[in-house]
Amino acid sequence: MGNYTFQWRQAFRAFPEMLEGALVTLQISILSMLIGVTIAVLLAVARDSKTRWLRAPATVWVEVARNTPALFQIYMAHFGLGSFGIYLSPYAALLAGIAFNNAGYLCETFRGAMRAIPDTQLRAGRSLGMGQAKAFRLIIVPQMFRISFLPTTNQMIWAILMTSLGVTVGLNSDLAGVTQDLNARSFRTFEFFALAAVIYYVIAKAVMLGARLLAARLFRY
Amino acid sequence: MFDTALTFNDLMFMLKGAGMTLSVTAFAVVGGTLLGLFFGVLRSQISPWAALPLTFVLDIFRSVPLLIQLILANAFQAIAGWGISPFVTSCIVLALYTSAYCTEIVRGAIEAVPSVTRRAARSLGMTWGQDLTQIVFPMALRVGLPSWIGLTLGVMKDSALVMWLGIIELLRSSQILVTRLQEPMFILLVTGAIYFALSFPIARLGSRLEKRWQEND
Repeated sequence: MGNYTFQWRQAFRAFPEMLEGALVTLQISILSMLIGVTIAVLLAVARDSKTRWLRAPATVWVEVARNTPALFQIYMAHFGLGSFGIYLSPYAALLAGIAFNNAGYLCETFRGAMRAIPDTQLRAGRSLGMGQAKAFRLIIVPQMFRISFLPTTNQMIWAILMTSLGVTVGLNSDLAGVTQDLNARSFRTFEFFALAAVIYYVIAKAVMLGARLLAARLFRY
Repeated sequence: MFDTALTFNDLMFMLKGAGMTLSVTAFAVVGGTLLGLFFGVLRSQISPWAALPLTFVLDIFRSVPLLIQLILANAFQAIAGWGISPFVTSCIVLALYTSAYCTEIVRGAIEAVPSVTRRAARSLGMTWGQDLTQIVFPMALRVGLPSWIGLTLGVMKDSALVMWLGIIELLRSSQILVTRLQEPMFILLVTGAIYFALSFPIARLGSRLEKRWQEND
């Protein structure tokens, strides 16, 4: 340790730049969660449907998303789609990869939550004259979100941590990308990445705390 | 797309990469599980306040991206002049990362054993150690094993990140082939198939164990 001088001031000077990166990180993770939740609800319905050609693709999506690395999924979006002439920017590829991953994991969470809702509730709704879609929308979905709120929060944290993978496909605007850029210019790897780690930690904890407060506010009985 | 230049040797190269993935995973999971068992038992024995420092440190491993942890550890060992190889660095980081999750699993599993059962064991004259190894451990194993299998698979998937330190594991080997052969979709599909083949059977086993053991409870 003797012959290395830490240059923390250099890292602190780059702090505003890294905070801007952190905003991009948050933006990607929120977008990926919105897309992921939407697709996951559809997948959850498709996986429990009686139609085979609805069930099969949904099952494939979920199993691939859960049994391959997130980095692989991002590579697939960034490099793999190039074989079909679709060239996604690093930002789009990262967003697509994380959204794909989120959808797969959240689908299973939602299915678990749906199973916890008694069947009789849907039937009660139907007997009150609601259509299948309306009963699902008004009775199942709100309760499903309530039951799966905390697991969904965990997935959000995962999404935030996964955004750091964008740097491997050349994204340079999110927190990890900005840090890597700074690192490439100064070679102060430890200082910059230690600061980035602190920012990631604070973001993760803030999101967790926010979700807890929100849950306490939303789910009072 | 299916008219490929991928040769048998290239496939062997990828399988060698898969071997690297497996060996990093094995070291990380074995090390992480031993540490996790120790920390988990420790955390369930001492008061939450006394465990606070440990909880805080382990929580850091779960709240900072693994990629950043790997980069930091590699930079740190270089600064400290330890001269550890990237392979060992990755194994250590992944083991600590695994231990953070494993601690939670172990703690949760131990707390799932009813305290009256443990008191009954103690009142029959069993020592603390006997209670732990013969009553708590077998009962906690049923609760914890399915999540532990999930954790192992998670670590295997996360181990793809060690490529950043220059280790040629499965995903990195596929990148090398993509650069040479320019057939990204096909090679990535093969890579995905290998990951899937490693992960899916064990995932199925895990969910089957979970179902079977819950029936008996």
